[in-house]
This record gives sequence, structure tokens and C-alpha cells, in this order.
Amino acid sequence: MIVRISGEGQFSVDDAATAELNRLDSELEAAVNRNDEAAFTSALHGLLDQVRAQGSPLPADTLEESDLILPPQDASMDEVRSMLTEEGLIPG
Amino acid sequence: MAAKKLMKGTAARMGVMKRVSLVFKAKANRALDKMEDPRETLDYSYQRQLELLTKVRRGVADVATSRKRVELQMNQLQQQANKLEDQARKALGMGREDLARAALERKASAQSQLNDLQAQYAQLQAEEEKLTVASQRLQSKVDAFRTRKETIKATYTAAEAQTRINEAFSGISEEMGDVGMAIQRAEDKTAQMQARAGAIDELMASGALDDAVGGSRRDDIQSELDMMSASSDVESELSRLKGEITSGAPKQLEGGANGNSQAAQAPQGQGTQYAPPPPAQTQPASIPASDRPAEPQDGEG
Repeated sequence: MIVRISGEGQFSVDDAATAELNRLDSELEAAVNRNDEAAFTSALHGLLDQVRAQGSPLPADTLEESDLILPPQDASMDEVRSMLTEEGLIPG
Repeated sequence: MAAKKLMKGTAARMGVMKRVSLVFKAKANRALDKMEDPRETLDYSYQRQLELLTKVRRGVADVATSRKRVELQMNQLQQQANKLEDQARKALGMGREDLARAALERKASAQSQLNDLQAQYAQLQAEEEKLTVASQRLQSKVDAFRTRKETIKATYTAAEAQTRINEAFSGISEEMGDVGMAIQRAEDKTAQMQARAGAIDELMASGALDDAVGGSRRDDIQSELDMMSASSDVESELSRLKGEITSGAPKQLEGGANGNSQAAQAPQGQGTQYAPPPPAQTQPASIPASDRPAEPQDGEG
């Protein structure tokens, strides 16, 4: 499975790590939904740390699409919200 | 298209990671859909990649410019803080705790601006590094894309090429979306910092931070210090004269002692132009010295 950390690059992550990533992702989403910035930051950092620890970076010259994309390390909750819509942060 | 529907249908239980990736995919798909001949996509996309590379390099340069400006301001503020501490030290040496306090208060204000700028500087530096790495990564991918583009064009018919083009295109367009977002974020941060840097420039120009170079308000602490050292010059001048008089004419000692205490106050209350009787004849030469205190002080040691 390929996971991109936005602004940082792509990682190849073993499928075995998926369950833990999903758990952290649910926390992240729950934090966004209840507007809890502190919980959001800690869930995001937990998620990114997990990807970095479990994954190995893909070479820069690969042209593979990611299965999952994560917000950048310093993203605010508002930024993540806008990444979830097509009108948001990602330029067309 | 399929990606878009999927995103809407299952967004609620999909999690952030998947939703973000589907947003990226939807954008890529929409761009692909516009193309009549899939091979046309390759050249068009390649052009856009080159444009983006230029843009991200310009972004790196812009952030570097902002960082240098912040650095310049930090140096100015540091000089001010040092100067104010110097003034505080001098004031304390002269027993003027009130002046020392005023100088230290301004130093604290300059220092807090400085701390703020240091944080901004670190952020800009991080942003610059991120963009530099992003531009290198994009360059690698653009090179890979160009190679693949030529292969596809040479070996496949339009119909056959479709799948391979889609693959190459999706990979690069995700990177482009990500780099585009990184540039956007860097621009936003830089704009915020430029606004704050402008505010600090204004603050320094207003003299509120006691601009050591040209501020208008700086003189109140400095001129009091100057005046005080001038008045101590007067003191030493006086005792020198007194020494001369004492050795020559012991009778005038009383008058000299009188004038001594008045002379010490004279430079502070400059309005008091009335001269104390006998020793005053030697004083007018030293009173104006309080207007230009620095030279006599150095001269007298």
C-alpha cells in the first residue's frame, strides 16, 4: 500500500499496518467532526509517525498513485477540512 | 468520475486519508477527461509540469527573500536591545534606577519582538527547505514522466496508449497537486509574515521600540544620561578649579563650596541662568557643555 504524507513524499507501507492506521484515522476524523484541535493535532501526528515508522520512502522518480493521502505535519484542522472538498486546498 | 461518486456515497465512514486521496484522484480524472487524443495529454501535462517546476522554484526564492528580510529586522532589534542594555547599565552606574528601568522596559519590548521574529524565521526556514525538497522531487518525477512519455508515444497507438498514459498521468498529477498545495501554503505563510514584518518596521519607525539608529524618542534616555555625565564633568571641573583657588586664595573657599552645590544642579535645570556669584565666572564655559556632552566627557576622561 502506498501512503503519501502531503508535503513530505510517498511511503510504501505494509498492509499489516492498515488496521492501526485506520484506527488513528478514525480518531483524526472524529476530532475534526467535534472540532477538537488538540485531539486533531495529536491524532495527526500519531498517524504520520506511524506511517514514517512502518513505511519505507518511495524513490522520487516513481510515478505511482497513492492509495491514501495524509495532510502535512503542520496542517490545521481548517486546512484539513478544506482538503476534503474539491474546492479546497488542492489546486486544480 | 467513479472516484467522485464513491467519495460522496461513503464519505461518512471513509476516514480522512481516503477522502483526501479521492479528492486528488477526482481532480486528475477531470483533467484527463478533457483530452480527445490521450497522447495529447502527455504533452499538455508535460508543459504544465514544467510550468509548475518554474513556479515552485520561484516560490523557494520568494520564501528566501522573506526570510532575509526577517533576518535583517532581527539584527536591527538585537542592536537596539544591546544598546538599551548599555544605557541601563550606564544609568545604574550613575544611580538612576528610574532611567535604567525605562531602558530595560524598552529592551523587553524589543526582545519580545525579537522572539516573535525568531519563531517566524524558523518557520520560513522550514518552509524554504520543504519547498526545495518538493522541487527536487517534482524534478525527478518530471524527468521520469518525460522518459515514459517518449516511450509511450513511440510504441503505442492512441488506443493502446490509454492505460499507460492514465498511470503515468495519475502519478504525476498527484505530485503536482501536492506541490501546488505546498506552494500555496508557503505563499500564505510568507504573506502573513510580510504583513507582520511591515508592522514591525512601522513600530520601529515610530520610535516606540526606541530605534537606536534614527528613532525620535530615543533621546530622552540618552540625553538624560548625557546630561548626567556632563554634570559630573562640571563637578570634576569645579573641583579642579577649586583646587587652583584653594592653593592661591584660601579666603574664597567658602564661596567656592557654595557654588559647587549649585553648579551640580545647574545643568539639569537649564532654565536657571542666574549665576552664583564668584565661581560662576568660570562656569559659563562648562554649562553649555551639557548641550554637547559627549566630547567634553571623552576629553576630560
